[in-house]
Amino acid sequence: MAGWIEACGADDVDEEDVIRFDHEGRTFAIYRSPDDEYFATDGLCTHEKIHLADGLVMDDIIECPKHNGRFNYKTGQAKGAPVCVNLKTYPVKVEGGQVFVQID
Amino acid sequence: MASDKSASGPQGMVIVGAGECGIRAAMALREEGYGGPVTLIGAEPHLPYERPPLSKAVLLGDDAPSPKTIANEARLFEAAVLHLSSVTATGIDREAKSVSLSNGRGLHYSKLLLATGADPRPYALAEGLSHVFTLRTFDDALAIRSRLGPGCRLAIIGGGFIGLELAAAARTRRADVTVIEAAPRILGRAVPTEIAQVIHARHAREGVRILVGAAIADMKEQNGGILIKLQPALKDEAGPSAVQADLVVVGIGAQPNTALAEAAGLTVENGIAVDAHLRTSDPDIFAAGDCCSFPLAYQDGRRVRLEAWRNAQEQGTLAARNMLGGRQAHVAVPWFWSDQYDLGLQMAGLADRATQVVRRDLGSESFLLFHLDAEGRLVAASGIGPGTSIARDIRLAEMMIARGARPDPLKLANAESKLKALLAA
Repeated sequence: MAGWIEACGADDVDEEDVIRFDHEGRTFAIYRSPDDEYFATDGLCTHEKIHLADGLVMDDIIECPKHNGRFNYKTGQAKGAPVCVNLKTYPVKVEGGQVFVQID
Repeated sequence: MASDKSASGPQGMVIVGAGECGIRAAMALREEGYGGPVTLIGAEPHLPYERPPLSKAVLLGDDAPSPKTIANEARLFEAAVLHLSSVTATGIDREAKSVSLSNGRGLHYSKLLLATGADPRPYALAEGLSHVFTLRTFDDALAIRSRLGPGCRLAIIGGGFIGLELAAAARTRRADVTVIEAAPRILGRAVPTEIAQVIHARHAREGVRILVGAAIADMKEQNGGILIKLQPALKDEAGPSAVQADLVVVGIGAQPNTALAEAAGLTVENGIAVDAHLRTSDPDIFAAGDCCSFPLAYQDGRRVRLEAWRNAQEQGTLAARNMLGGRQAHVAVPWFWSDQYDLGLQMAGLADRATQVVRRDLGSESFLLFHLDAEGRLVAASGIGPGTSIARDIRLAEMMIARGARPDPLKLANAESKLKALLAA
């Protein structure tokens, strides 16, 4: 198990928004929820490998920017057609104003 | 016509057309808890598959492509959806509530969904000629793909989405590409001029020859290909008088498949006419997707027909619910996209009633256009940029359109002003 990776500053993500984070050839999406918690998932939609960070965050849902596939970014759960495969999620912590992701 | 003698089996849900719309409807019937028979009738030999990649990814890559299936056999089996492939519906007997099939059999229905789609508009001058293709099915894409390659001379008739996406893919395969468009500019029907200009310029830079205002006088087979003779240009610039091609693809739009509905006496009005619940003039028959015209909720219920992936999905799902007795109205705002090279175009709403356009610049080759009507209501938004960079803003604009919002044009123009804040306002 790899350790915690520093992904971004806590202020780099707006509330109810998402940014992209690339690390060692992989891409992730870092979310900040409307109630100011942070979450992380794989960065690409499970339907057609589109970067989710271009998508829209509404409450606890991220919507793919291409085909409107929806996931709960807190649990990774796919919310119906066209997405049927869940999104992988990763543990997140915030320390000293920085967001850390635990990547396996 | 079907006779009830030929129909067999218990009544159930029958869906004609196994494209995006039909398969979504079939799966939605199960998601809604329907337990009776569901039969999905598809004219093609393949399992239901996604069409958008046909003008893009399927044409590229080195490996032999296979269709991107929406539901594989296991999933269809699990959902107990009977998919009849390579079968067409040949008639509807509304009295007997049965559909006759090309395999000589028949099916009773309690509710019937027509999701027959739209087929490429035929081009009279190209009729009966070899080397001429259209692009609608996976097999069409394979046929075109097998002939594309470095140096292949491809002529595309029609500068619409299909033709231009094909042009981009063909350039990636290093074909020699000419697009012949009769109108003064490409993408005339659906896309604002400013966006069409960006796409035109990009194609030109990628080496695509685009001939606009080019009327075709004649086409004939010659030298193992096709010679396309053009009418003399009326304008000053002397365009070519002819285009020699190894391969011709005609992409001049699509027409809804309404023959089955018409023969059954259903109302047809630029597509199979349905109400807000996607019901045809026969209450036991529904229609959805490219084949139907429906009242557009956010614009006074004016009747429109869309050829769009998301619309096919949404209407298929909604039709399924209403076939089960639901009374849900279709309220979605039209949305579509096109990818060419690394450029992504998205559009929400219909801009034809706009009287004012507000532009928000985001970068080089990247901007949004907001289309407002005379009352200041946002009726459409369109944008272009690299990849999916404009997607989120178009999605937010779509939500504003659905709400009938009248956003401040100055804020719309200002890239610093967040659309999410405007939506909440």
